[in-house]
Amino acid sequence: MKRFFLTASVLVLAFTGSAWAKDSLTIGIQLEPPHLDPTSAAAGAIDDVTYANVFEGLTRFQEDGSIVPSLAESWTISDDGLTYTFKLHDGVTFHDGTTMDAEDVKFSLDRARGDDSTNAQKGLFSGIAEVNVIDPTTVEVKLSETDGNFLFNMAWGDAAIVAPESIENIKTNPIGTGAFKFSKWVQGDRVELVRNDAYWGQPADLKAATFKFISDPTAAFSAMMAGDLDAFSAFPAPENLIQFEADDRYRVLIGSTEGETILSTNNKKPPFDNVKVRKALAHAINRKELIDGAQFGYGTPIGSHFAPHHPAYVDLTGNSQYDPELAKSLLKEAGLEGGVTVSLKLPPPSYARRGGEIIAAQLRAVGINTEISNLEWAQWLEEVFRGKDFNLTIVSHTEPMDIGIYANPDYYFQYDNADFQARIKELRATTDTDKRNELLKKAQTMISEDYVNGFLFQLPRLSVAKKEIEGLWVNAPTQAVDLTHVRWAE
Amino acid sequence: MTRSQRWNWSLVIGLALVSVFAIGALISLFWTPHDVTAINIASRLKLPGQGYVLGTDHYGRDMLSMIMAGAQTSIAVAILAVGIGMALGVPLGLAAAAGRGWLDELIMRGNDLAFAFPALVIAILITAVFGASAVNAIIAIGIFNIPVFARLTRGAALSLWTRDFILAARVAGKGKVRISAEHILPNIANLLIVQGTIQFSLGILAEAGLSYVGLGAQPPTPSWGRMLADSQTLVGLAPHLALVPGLAIILTVLGLNLLGDGLRDLLDPKLRAVRS
Amino acid sequence: MISYLTKRLASLVLSLFVASAVIFLVIEVIPGDPAAYMLGMNARPDTIAALRTELGLDGSVFERYVGWVTGMLQGDFGVSYTYRTPVATMVADRLWISLPLALYALFLTVVIAFPAGIFAASRRGQAGDYGVIGATQIGIAIPNFWFAMILILVFAINMRWFSAGGFPGWENGFLQGLKALTLPAVALALPQAAILTRVMRSSLIDVLGEDFMRTARAKGLSTQQAIFRHGLRNALIPVLTIIGLQFAFLLAGGIIIEQVFALPGLGRLVFQSISQRDLVVVESVVMLLVFAVIMTNFLVDLAYALVDPRLRVRA
Repeated sequence: MKRFFLTASVLVLAFTGSAWAKDSLTIGIQLEPPHLDPTSAAAGAIDDVTYANVFEGLTRFQEDGSIVPSLAESWTISDDGLTYTFKLHDGVTFHDGTTMDAEDVKFSLDRARGDDSTNAQKGLFSGIAEVNVIDPTTVEVKLSETDGNFLFNMAWGDAAIVAPESIENIKTNPIGTGAFKFSKWVQGDRVELVRNDAYWGQPADLKAATFKFISDPTAAFSAMMAGDLDAFSAFPAPENLIQFEADDRYRVLIGSTEGETILSTNNKKPPFDNVKVRKALAHAINRKELIDGAQFGYGTPIGSHFAPHHPAYVDLTGNSQYDPELAKSLLKEAGLEGGVTVSLKLPPPSYARRGGEIIAAQLRAVGINTEISNLEWAQWLEEVFRGKDFNLTIVSHTEPMDIGIYANPDYYFQYDNADFQARIKELRATTDTDKRNELLKKAQTMISEDYVNGFLFQLPRLSVAKKEIEGLWVNAPTQAVDLTHVRWAE
Repeated sequence: MTRSQRWNWSLVIGLALVSVFAIGALISLFWTPHDVTAINIASRLKLPGQGYVLGTDHYGRDMLSMIMAGAQTSIAVAILAVGIGMALGVPLGLAAAAGRGWLDELIMRGNDLAFAFPALVIAILITAVFGASAVNAIIAIGIFNIPVFARLTRGAALSLWTRDFILAARVAGKGKVRISAEHILPNIANLLIVQGTIQFSLGILAEAGLSYVGLGAQPPTPSWGRMLADSQTLVGLAPHLALVPGLAIILTVLGLNLLGDGLRDLLDPKLRAVRS
Repeated sequence: MISYLTKRLASLVLSLFVASAVIFLVIEVIPGDPAAYMLGMNARPDTIAALRTELGLDGSVFERYVGWVTGMLQGDFGVSYTYRTPVATMVADRLWISLPLALYALFLTVVIAFPAGIFAASRRGQAGDYGVIGATQIGIAIPNFWFAMILILVFAINMRWFSAGGFPGWENGFLQGLKALTLPAVALALPQAAILTRVMRSSLIDVLGEDFMRTARAKGLSTQQAIFRHGLRNALIPVLTIIGLQFAFLLAGGIIIEQVFALPGLGRLVFQSISQRDLVVVESVVMLLVFAVIMTNFLVDLAYALVDPRLRVRA
């Protein structure tokens, strides 16, 4: 009975509710986070909800991909590049009222790199030798070797600063320092955040924000159209964007991500252990048709494993122009003129499933037959990523600046080139920007000319929002839906 | 009464519908209007009539060709699933009826247990273990046909065991296995054919459902259920993507159900197949 | 009666035990490590090992099976790997959607099937009867997920009367919740209504042929009057059996429909948990569904035995 009265009163509220609509926002995202601790799972949806909104790190990403101070006000780097001394903002408190100080930073970093750490990006912290508290607002981090990426690493959601006082229930009740406080989670449906009025920096414009999880693209489309949602970050079905663009209530935001979508190729398994066959593969792919067919035209072609919006980017698509005749003759040279059958294992995202069907048709035209199998992520990780039991797969590598994976010969596509590995080692030890860019250009060219993988396109970030909404991130330099500067235009 | 004098409309319409799809499936083995797997982005999402009888899908593939080839997948999966159900279920049912006692008890309890499992969940689990493929869809659907046929066979066989001609055979010294094979089975064949038709139609629906959630035949093998799944986000732009495969499923299942009804009237008007 | 009851009870316990073993074994052999799934592509082996320990995945299969069963007997269904919340709470939350959905669909089924079945039976062999039979033939042939897509296309995307998916939660108003469940319930109900209409019709026709109905009509009642005064009650037994079966189906069979409408119900939980390899959740939910069906069968058998003593021998 009590429930009924409650429902009735909420119903009344719902009718009067429109008055405060302009300082709250309901935003859709596709996947529901499994829990809300960004420091112990890989699920990107956790960062969507919590990055910058609930949790903050020492440094942070800006929308253009640059790294700026966050909880650390400033820092100094010793001449040998091994010691970073961070000066923390004074008077920062967690949402439960406890203060954030150097002890919390030490706790967070030690927890992430410890033996029983379950941090999905433990590698980010592997260069740390020790963390020392100098005083409550000063913390010193010693590295075991120079790392040009250290400040960048500390900006990841996985490097969020958490407190020992609230760590136990962090998964269901996340306590951070951000401009929004966690308020409520209705599992299977939404997470609600409210403004943190005690925020140390510039407070958020929105009083409340709701993340709604809608995995089905059709449901997402109609929820937007019906006005149930104010925005949808990373809209899952590019084919529906035409309809949003035609509707003057909405704006379509087309931005970049760090996701290089590649036709990953097992370099150790015949027939693709032969560079000629890999080259044939590259020339057999028609990127334009692929992007049109799988992405409805949204996506930038790439010729190497590197994001086109980065200053060090080199356009290498010329190395793998669509040329089926060349592909055929290369296959012939490799002794495969009779055709060859390979496996193509596809994870769930639509770019992979759709792209897979199109690529299969393109490869068939030059004599490479594919056996497609659609896998779930858990299977994909076990079979393809860890088991290396595949010829081809399609996946978007969404980590920023991840060309270093090509230097690991055990990585699932198993590219083993000592020259390349030496370059990356050099890069890690380099902190000078110009020199780094030069090395990055060389690295891109090397993997492009070795035809390590089929380089397809840079995954776009496609969002939809009501026209009056300002301050929403268009680009996605990291997995995040930063709402701290979002507001409704008058 | 009046029915037997009339045309057996169920049989005629059912046979006609089923024939259309069966013939389409057969033809697709040798020929389709267009290459089923050829992708042609330039001519995608064409409505029916614009150069293609049933239009094209989001990759520019010919819908008619895909429906024909998809019929092949649906029919093959459903027939094999019914085959598994009959091949295992009928002997179990015969054994239960002939053996009675603990054997009967064991088989029937096993049956009840199998019925207790939510079919779709088990099908999902099976494909999660062995991977999604047409073969695993056949197995997943086939498993649930086993208890259906076992129960039906047992029921019909039990009533036959009390009949005089069976008693005569026993007196003549025939063993239970021989009696089951020579006397019981031929007498329940009609019943099995009718139930087989119904399970066939349920199999078509089940295959469509599994493919719809991505657990049936894998691309590029066309399948009606997957065509529907692919159409989901495009339905507002091109409704024929959902309508064409949907109607194909409905007409096939309708045809099979009518065929089952018609066969029942034809073979034995008193016969009532068990619908599960 | 006592010996029947003990025998039936023993077989119930045995069934549940066998079911639990089958479920556990099938789910255990699903390839894919939950810990590896949760930590993604950049995880290091030591991190995965640490998480496996944290999740209690270190023990042998037998140990974990025993742990699972004894836990369930004490009402403890374990803790979800991914959500880290008790499975029992998760299931309870989801039941608040799946149960009303199943009831709503069952209600629609009955509301359609009863009048249609009575109408057809009372006009047996006439045009109206053939019309109903034809409609049910088509209804049975329609895949419910396809019907769901068409409903979304027409009523959500074109007319915008309903939202195409999602659930606002009961706390936002009973009517809002009901509205969100309407299209899914209709999609689920249509094929079931077609089946039930046919059962209703044939059951009534059987009853109409019996002596007491002939007597009723001989007294001067019309067919329809005879149906409503005497026939309906007697025709209900097979109908109720089918309704019972349908309810079990609707509870578990909503998986695809819940998927189409993005409803956070039990079926969707199973589907999602399988893909996330949240095996404890899958095991417990499947066991729950199987338990529900087995218990229903048991109760139905008991009811029959009470009504008809002859049946006790059979079991």
